[in-house]
Amino acid sequence: MGEPGTKEVLNLEDLEAAGGIHTGRTHILSILVENKPGVLARVAGLFSRRGFNIATLAVGPTDDTTISRITLTVDGATHPIDQVTKQLHKLVNVIKIRDLEPEESVARELALFKVSADPETRGQIMQFTDIFRGKVVDVSKRSVTVEITGTDDKIEAFERMIRPFGLIEMVRTGEVAVSRGRSAT
Amino acid sequence: MRAVDAIMECLKAEGVEHVFGIPGGANLPTYDALYDAGIRHIQCRHEQGAGHAAEGYAKASGKVGVALATSGPGATNLITAIADAMMDSVPTVFITGQVRTELIGTDGFQEADITGITMPVVKHSILIQDPRDIPTAIHEAFHIARTGRPGPVLVDVPQDLSRADIPYEPVDRVHLPGYQPTTEGNAKQIRLAAKALANARRPVIYAGGGVINAEAARELVEFATSDRFPVTCTLMGLGGFPAPHEHWLGMLGMHGTRSANYAMDEADLICAVGARFDDRITGKLSEFAPRAKFIHIDIDPAEISKNIPAHIPIVGDAKNILTKLTREYRALEADSSRLDEWWSRIRNWQDKHPLRYDDSEDSEIKPQYMVQAMYEATGGDAIITSDVGQHQMWAAQWYHFREPRRWINSGGLGTMGFGLPSALGAKAAMPDRDVVCLAGDGSLIMTCQELATCVTENIPVKVFIMNNGYLGMVRQWQELFWDKRYSSVEMGASPDWVKLADAFGALGMRVTHKGELLDAMKTALAEDGPVVVDVHVSREENCYPMIPAGQAARDMVG
Ligand SMILES: Cc1ncc(C[n+]2csc(CCOP(=O)(O)OP(=O)(O)O)c2C)c(N)n1
Repeated sequence: MGEPGTKEVLNLEDLEAAGGIHTGRTHILSILVENKPGVLARVAGLFSRRGFNIATLAVGPTDDTTISRITLTVDGATHPIDQVTKQLHKLVNVIKIRDLEPEESVARELALFKVSADPETRGQIMQFTDIFRGKVVDVSKRSVTVEITGTDDKIEAFERMIRPFGLIEMVRTGEVAVSRGRSAT
Repeated sequence: MRAVDAIMECLKAEGVEHVFGIPGGANLPTYDALYDAGIRHIQCRHEQGAGHAAEGYAKASGKVGVALATSGPGATNLITAIADAMMDSVPTVFITGQVRTELIGTDGFQEADITGITMPVVKHSILIQDPRDIPTAIHEAFHIARTGRPGPVLVDVPQDLSRADIPYEPVDRVHLPGYQPTTEGNAKQIRLAAKALANARRPVIYAGGGVINAEAARELVEFATSDRFPVTCTLMGLGGFPAPHEHWLGMLGMHGTRSANYAMDEADLICAVGARFDDRITGKLSEFAPRAKFIHIDIDPAEISKNIPAHIPIVGDAKNILTKLTREYRALEADSSRLDEWWSRIRNWQDKHPLRYDDSEDSEIKPQYMVQAMYEATGGDAIITSDVGQHQMWAAQWYHFREPRRWINSGGLGTMGFGLPSALGAKAAMPDRDVVCLAGDGSLIMTCQELATCVTENIPVKVFIMNNGYLGMVRQWQELFWDKRYSSVEMGASPDWVKLADAFGALGMRVTHKGELLDAMKTALAEDGPVVVDVHVSREENCYPMIPAGQAARDMVG
């Protein structure tokens, strides 16, 4: 940069750095919080208060029992993502936030599908489950319950395959994610 | 030691000399400990009053204000004050009693989930679950309330835990891994800002309440005079820059001066300091300062680019950053004459559009005159608190604040009823200063019971009522934008304020003629005790100039 006059100050990177721009993609926020009562309510409340929609939310302890990790996906098309993260940072119990880039992170979700099955269709369902590297976790006379882990694409693909058999119930955990490589998330 | 006695030790260690509140079952142990703790308790008549008193105390002194309430209704009565403190970044700690732990969640008598209810309006809150955590929690609360962007912190203490015996050792440090406010300000960004300023031809400094919170008023003058930078302040920033100063443009925003708003409109560079681009400032966002680039200095990173994208964001303490920015700017030795044209444009606006009103009527008291009389009677030196409405805007326009912490009002939440209780809090903090509450007749009645507090606790505030018999600001909007359909804005049977003052044991006075006003005010100020002066002003005066909500500076009326 030469002599930065006021003109040169106005450029897209500055604006983007300042967060005034909607990114248009889904963001996975990995949030380390103190494991204290009410922290999840504070995080979730912050989103609802500002009219931000949470797409998925998963919470669990980390290797340190005083710290939990919240993995949360939000749509960057409708909200300037940096506003979300800055507001989250203001919560006293929030220790660290990472906005995980899709290419630089591994994200997985677990889903359970309870599907209608009879002796004729059961084999087919189990075959699909195999192809998707899923696991049958419960079988009854008229149903099969299958566990699938993977990216949301994979889970949605499995759902499309299985639906015609008669989907009784389905539940998804929401994504959990870590960054790729050696460094801690 | 009883946990409640530990609370008192912690309060004293934090330098607390006054607390405001009302006792009840759930905080009885706290009140027992207060009985001989050596902290002055000011017993208010409503918890909302106690909360606003704590705010007034904090705003006048710069210290943390503390209010106490019992569980359930005591705690819910605090909410307006808590929300108010949040919006205006007032360092406050609210300590509520909670029902006994075995009753929590059972809808027990006087139970309210106050940490849940207040979650959106606190900076932080702590529900005590182990009595041994109490000392740390109290110190954390003070630390969080006063550092970074200040705000309200709530500590909710279940009754049984507050009575527990705990080992007490003074806490000298708090450990909050997730709470590390940035204060320094990025050196590169500061340099960038200085250069941008040196190149600007039509710069404006736009200062907010953050300047006052950061105790940066002197640094702001230094910065503004490092060149001929024009300065405008928000409602919250008044006093952050001396009104008589030649660089002063007046307040900006909805009822700001034309020169301030036009300068923002034509500026090529705006340097926002501790101001948050509230909609009462920006009006229509897409037409706000359309030619300007923005330097935004704020302690709260979340304010940067929240409403207006900042070209040069600088996160940190305003005092600190202004000092560095001034130094950087001076080193550039910019040619000041480049601002000649800008100043002649500004002077032109100032000459053409001063604040004015029609004062031709002989005996009628114009509201603007009333504020001028207040200025004269107090030597422009009093702490002025106000309620919310026209009178608030007139005070902001006509009482020319020269110093910080002299103007105390509810800017963000706009809470009617804020004036009297915040005045008593301010007077408790600053007993040697004149404290005047400029009240609206509509607002005052919302918290007028605090007159009893002033009398009982011997807190001699002076209440000047701008009595127009209306919810004036609402009437103004109905007149201008709703075809004069005056729906529910006439006050009807207001009390006889003189008798009301008398009933509370305060002195009441009434003024209906312009010629008597100044003397009456001086008499009131000279009185030892609390005084209420009921001033009858012209009923349908409007507050001008005005940018209608959601419009642009260019659309100013009046
Ligand atoms: C608690 C609360 N309720 C309602 C309002 C809406 N409101 C804003 S200004 C105003 C009128 C205030 O009247 P008054 O106190 O008499 O002051 P004036 O405008 O006449 O000077 C009202 C009702 C508010 N700001 N606060």
